[in-house]
Amino acid sequence: MAKRMRVSEGLFDKGDSPLKIVAIYLTLLVACLISLIPIWMIFNMSLRPDQSLYTTELSFIPSGATLENYRVMLFEKPLLGWMGNSLIVSGTTAVLSVFVASHAGYALSRFRFYGRKSMLTFLLSTQMFPAPMLLLPTFLILSQFKLLNSFTGMIIPYMATAVPFATWMMKGFYDTIPVELEYAAAIDGATNLQTFYRITMPLAAPALAVSALFSFMTGWSEYIIARVILTKAAMYTLPVGLVTLQSAFNTEWGRYSAGALMTMIPAMALFMAFSRYLVGGLTVGGVKG
Amino acid sequence: MARRSRSVEGLLPGAQPWNPYAYTMPALILMAVMVVYPLMYGVYIGFTNMSLQRFFEYDLIGVRNFVSILTEKELWEVLVRSIVWTGVNVFLHVAIGLWLAILLNRKLPGKSIIRVILILPWAIPQYIAALAWKTMYQHDFGFINLVLKQIGLSPVPWLQHPQWSFLAVILVNVWLGIPFMMMISLGGLQSIPKELYEATDVDGGTGWDKFRHITLPMLKPVLVPAATLGTVWTFNTVNVIYLVTGGGPGRSTDILVSYVYRAAFDFYRYGYAAAFSLLIFLMLMIWAVLFVYRNRADEGAY
Repeated sequence: MAKRMRVSEGLFDKGDSPLKIVAIYLTLLVACLISLIPIWMIFNMSLRPDQSLYTTELSFIPSGATLENYRVMLFEKPLLGWMGNSLIVSGTTAVLSVFVASHAGYALSRFRFYGRKSMLTFLLSTQMFPAPMLLLPTFLILSQFKLLNSFTGMIIPYMATAVPFATWMMKGFYDTIPVELEYAAAIDGATNLQTFYRITMPLAAPALAVSALFSFMTGWSEYIIARVILTKAAMYTLPVGLVTLQSAFNTEWGRYSAGALMTMIPAMALFMAFSRYLVGGLTVGGVKG
Repeated sequence: MARRSRSVEGLLPGAQPWNPYAYTMPALILMAVMVVYPLMYGVYIGFTNMSLQRFFEYDLIGVRNFVSILTEKELWEVLVRSIVWTGVNVFLHVAIGLWLAILLNRKLPGKSIIRVILILPWAIPQYIAALAWKTMYQHDFGFINLVLKQIGLSPVPWLQHPQWSFLAVILVNVWLGIPFMMMISLGGLQSIPKELYEATDVDGGTGWDKFRHITLPMLKPVLVPAATLGTVWTFNTVNVIYLVTGGGPGRSTDILVSYVYRAAFDFYRYGYAAAFSLLIFLMLMIWAVLFVYRNRADEGAY
């Protein structure tokens, strides 16, 4: 008896009664199902042998399931090309946004300088202007700089989307790192930039990871800007490419779903890989300190 | 934590006065070119009659766009719907996200797998998620109605009936937004010292007492900025409504932003849409100033 007690103490919180634990698991099970059902829907559609959207079947795997749609998407449609474009655009956006946001966030966290408060307010207020309305001016600017149909022309607006939130988040995380750590290095004669790179930035790794994830996802899932900037089929990113499969009268749903699932997999893999950073690294305010 | 950095009144040793300006320079240039300039251009367009037919030879027409927006019959209805949309969404994001976070913030075998599954809606591009939900709402063959019929209930006209459609888009957006708030809450919960709860145990406090007197106040500096951002994002979300219902049936699920989006990109009334965007921006700014100062959210944020 005593032995079993110890085991259950090891597995669960002391305060949780068996009944409570069952209730918690049931609640989480329902939550997980709700979370997964739309993903399963896409998976299910991608396996159907015909291109039909609708069926009254409720089975986990559709009857006559086939991987044909995946074969077509991988080898006959330019899915891999779209994926390569998306990787270049999203990857560059992530690297550059993290660079810009980590520096700006550091200044906003560590220094009291003229214009600091207005800068923070400004970053927040950029989130308030309805994004679609920046689209037309953005298009005109990019065409003036001859950046239409180029990766640069997509990376710059994506960075502008990702940087304000990433900066806020970085600032929030730096705020939780004791500044005393930097004094020690500075006394040894390091410049502020050296202190920042050697001491503070490595400690902020979780927040850097989350910023990178956010910025990457901005590029990976963006459709509206991409549709306007990209007109050459060879430049299409995944969202734009996938939508070309939807035509008004005859959408190839099975293929679309297969492509959608293959689009989701890298994003889901990234989230899984980063999920432990997400718990501590996602700070917009902060209680630590 | 704000207190700690405030102790850096002067400069850090080894730092130069120009350091903060150098660090923020790239961000400021980027935002000036890609946000401030387009924004000012948008303000200017708002005072013109630019449209697809008048793309190059448009005229300044003063405040006519603003007058026609403010006298629009549907405006107040759409405004009220936007507020309901935002309020319900943000409340459910925070409530369910926090609830799941509390369930997960304990010793629980398998919790890291559960956590990963619960984050997945966040990892799916919105245009794909919206489409999956749209097929699930389909009347005769959609997953939800098939399940309802299986358990003996009558099917629901999800996308045909105004109120059901509004519920349908809210459900999609709640589904999309919970993971963000859950992760924010989890991060906050983990930084609350366990001793605080143990003290309440000694005093014989209930779970509800702990939640009200420890968890909520301790999480406030995390949740208030997150909810502020969430409100602004939700108010400005076009994707879900545009992709799931297209604002329909009729205009029954339009909120201000989807209304603007359609005015601009389905009806090509650029001047009108720009003026409308400006009004939305001003509204959100006023709300944010009132809300942020009332909640002293800046304590945590600044």
